[in-house]
Amino acid sequence: MQLVSPGRAAIRLSGVTRVFANGVQALGPLDLSVKAGEFVSLLGPSGCGKSTALRLMAGLLAPTSGAVEVAGAEDRRRSIGFVFQEPTLMPWANVWDNVYLPLRLQRLARATIRDRVDAALANVGLSEFARAYPRELSGGMKMRVSLARALVTDPDILLLDEPFAALDEITRFKLNNDLLDLWRRSQRTVVFVTHSVFESVYLSQRVFVMTPRPGRISDIVAIDADPLRDESFRTSADYAAHCRDVSRALARATATEAA
Amino acid sequence: MSTPTPIAGGRSFQALRFCLPVLTLAAGVLAWDLIVRLNHLPPYTLPGPWLVLTTLVQDWGILSRSLLSTLVTTFQGFLAAAVGGIALAFLFNRSRLVEYSLYPYAIMLQVTPVIAIAPLLLIYLPQQVAVVTCAWIVAFFPVLANTTLGLNSVDRNLKELFALYGATGGQALWRLKLPSALPHILGGLRIAGGLSLIGAVVAEIAAGSAGAGSGLAYRIAESGYRLNIPRMFAALLLLCAAGVVIFLTLSLLSHLVLRRWHESALGKES
Repeated sequence: MQLVSPGRAAIRLSGVTRVFANGVQALGPLDLSVKAGEFVSLLGPSGCGKSTALRLMAGLLAPTSGAVEVAGAEDRRRSIGFVFQEPTLMPWANVWDNVYLPLRLQRLARATIRDRVDAALANVGLSEFARAYPRELSGGMKMRVSLARALVTDPDILLLDEPFAALDEITRFKLNNDLLDLWRRSQRTVVFVTHSVFESVYLSQRVFVMTPRPGRISDIVAIDADPLRDESFRTSADYAAHCRDVSRALARATATEAA
Repeated sequence: MSTPTPIAGGRSFQALRFCLPVLTLAAGVLAWDLIVRLNHLPPYTLPGPWLVLTTLVQDWGILSRSLLSTLVTTFQGFLAAAVGGIALAFLFNRSRLVEYSLYPYAIMLQVTPVIAIAPLLLIYLPQQVAVVTCAWIVAFFPVLANTTLGLNSVDRNLKELFALYGATGGQALWRLKLPSALPHILGGLRIAGGLSLIGAVVAEIAAGSAGAGSGLAYRIAESGYRLNIPRMFAALLLLCAAGVVIFLTLSLLSHLVLRRWHESALGKES
């Protein structure tokens, strides 16, 4: 179901700015292009407008100026999956119904999509918890449900807004691997917002380093390591070198503002 | 330092929670009985507890009819308050214009003592309608206010999620706003149940002096004129019991609806 052929841009922002109602400029001008099938991270200090950029891509916000082009945007509800910083589950619905939500809002009957919801749950290893309620799950499991919900529509583009920031490190590492695995199997476009240098290096093919508000791209660091990464990558010299590069780029981005 | 005792849980604690109010009641009734006996108080001043109970049994025919009448009024007022309060809150949520136009008057209706409105309503409306209207006036505001609060506390991210997946207004209402507001709505209904009983009683008292009532409050007023104090107490006892039953029923409803997911209901179970 790939709408964009590999190599072409799946997301392109050109001269995008976003100004808050109180006149503060949150973002931009921002120019960036994400290739179809690519895994990129937006890395920057908190308040730099990373989340705003992601919401612009999702169409949840309109840019004050500039152009946001997203492949398949004419049918956003099918082409984009979004994962929030919090699990954002409906507490009154069980896991299965939470994952079913995007399809239910498309008025697809339960009987016709049963397999798709089951598959999405199996994908994140939560088949046994289909009937559980969110309150009965751990933080990591809730995030998995959130991930399954974003993937149930089989979107071409997956947008994640610091999804693992609130989790403990052990759970985060595990979910990092799961996310890489999901990405490798589907080759969908992923934009991952984070404030962790290590997470961005571990996951991405390219890291977009952003300046403090108003956020702009100050550096693009290519992580040219083998995309088939696993835990051994975390302890490799290659990983350390990339982390050093990205840390330096981040230091430069924040220093320009302080000066 | 002593070891801290757990706040809840433990069988002895549960037993204590049940026994203490029962013991308080027994002590109160005993004191009441002693005061009546030792002072040789005549029944038209203060009837003893036993006399009140026998009156309740003897007058059960007349009192039960009155109880039914009051309960019907209360139920009608409660239903009108529930439907009206919830519907108005949803309307306010959909349209700011309606909210700005009507909200001040909803507050005015709430702050004006219903006892002062009741005589006027009885002039302009048929008696039963006037009584139900009183019950509605007293009970609808907490439903409106709580439902509004509930609708305004919908999770911001969930709202964005629904927007992302192109939810229609109806879908957002039914699948997001209503379930989000449900705990608040049920809280409002719990208050409204007791208040509609109060509204019904106030209206019956106001109507009672006009002489056409048949509810429990009318029975109390009538018995007062006739110095039938034991029956006054018996009717009061029934009103009190009705209020408690209404509260417990609505609490149970709330618990059953929310028990699977809401914190307020979970605390009681575990």
